[in-house]
Amino acid sequence: MATTKRVKPLEYYGDPLPGVDTSHLSGKLIVIEGPDAVGRSTQVAQLRQWLEHEGHAVLDTGMARSALAGKGIARAKEGNTLGPITMTLYYATDFADRLENEIIPALRAGFIVLTDRYTFSIMARAIARGEDPAWIENVCGFGLAPHAVYYLRARVKDLVSRVVIGRGAFDYWESGMDYHFGPDMYESFIKYQTRLIRALDRMSSRYGFIEIDARKRPEVIFEELRDRITKLNIRKVNGTGPVVLARPQKDRPAAIA
Amino acid sequence: MNSLSTPHHHKGKLIIVEGIDGSGKSTQISLLSRWLRSQGYAVAFSEWNSSPLVRQTTRRGKKKEMFTPTTFSLIHATDFADRTERYILPLMRAGAIVCADRYAYTAFARDVARGVNRQWVRNLYSFAIRPNIAFYFRTPLDVALSRILGGRDALKYYEAGMDLKISRDVEESFRVFQGRILAEYEDMIEEMGFHVIDATQSIEDQQKQMRSIVKREIGRSLRTQVMHAPPAVEQNGHH
Repeated sequence: MATTKRVKPLEYYGDPLPGVDTSHLSGKLIVIEGPDAVGRSTQVAQLRQWLEHEGHAVLDTGMARSALAGKGIARAKEGNTLGPITMTLYYATDFADRLENEIIPALRAGFIVLTDRYTFSIMARAIARGEDPAWIENVCGFGLAPHAVYYLRARVKDLVSRVVIGRGAFDYWESGMDYHFGPDMYESFIKYQTRLIRALDRMSSRYGFIEIDARKRPEVIFEELRDRITKLNIRKVNGTGPVVLARPQKDRPAAIA
Repeated sequence: MNSLSTPHHHKGKLIIVEGIDGSGKSTQISLLSRWLRSQGYAVAFSEWNSSPLVRQTTRRGKKKEMFTPTTFSLIHATDFADRTERYILPLMRAGAIVCADRYAYTAFARDVARGVNRQWVRNLYSFAIRPNIAFYFRTPLDVALSRILGGRDALKYYEAGMDLKISRDVEESFRVFQGRILAEYEDMIEEMGFHVIDATQSIEDQQKQMRSIVKREIGRSLRTQVMHAPPAVEQNGHH
């Protein structure tokens, strides 16, 4: 993992997706990354509102929201028998489906695609569970390099207070209880999220993340993100009539955190 | 770290069968597993595409024709991962003989025939346990096609490679697609160490060859390592 993986925006990190044309993508791909409970979805929602207000067409997407695998992942997470490799590959399937059927068509149509997490979280979760980094990085090689990856960075103790104050309880999966990092959810959360943050930190320079201090107030973070996105030179979509995405929206299951 | 290319150290044994649709491999592995079970060995069976966590997603995706070569490949790898993590690995560690109808090589042949990168799909399955014996049922395309058409009324969409838009004619598409798969299998024989069985022979002859290969390859460890049902306890008085 020593070499830097800097490829041009909207080029593949690894082998290209077979049968997918990525030659005329005029949109922008913006990724918000970060560990659990760091405040990503709040920022995505506000950014979307602001961008639409500015007249841009926005697609926002996130983990386990694919038409193909979203429901299956939700069902699998209801049980307690989801192994680490299975979980990793289920999320990779979900990501591939969204990339091919939502993200790339939207980019072709000139949309701004805002994504709450990307392949980096899939890789970090696998690495945190002890899977081989080279294996999962190669699996996720069909990801397109985004125009920007904003990494909301926090320390574990910040996340703990956000969970306890903000949500009032620890979540089974956010605590990595499937892997039993600790005897109870608090300890398991600390150990698991520490490993997740470490994995994301390692990717940060390699993939050129822009680090944002997530301890700041949400309004301050939003302003910083807004200023940075403004500098990406987003052009508005030309008036080519209504843009139809590959699949009807009704097929898409509700977001799963 | 590639466990598929490294011999495993589990007490159990893994026997798998591969071949194109209509090669008769399912019949053969079923006969083999029943033969092993009849001798008292602990035998488990794992079929391609059978994970309870994933099957529904796959079925729905096929029905609605939602798959691309990449998602088709990934969902089958997810299914395989679940069967490996929850079923095959623990049983192998416990000392069972696991018989699998299709294995990672099915993906290597099929996904590459769909245009997926050869090295990418090999890496994808690098967590798989290396089989002790991998049988490959070599079948000429015409033989396989006549068996398939004789046995079922319609060729399925993905099985015939209709997603690749090779031909609008299902039979023609099946022929071209299965031909590509066959070529991939043939290329893998040496690399993966397949035991080739001529699938045009009689069912009995093929089974006889399989059994002698099993005895030759893992006969000794069948007696020492593999879990064997204890002989029935005499019911007439000894304490």
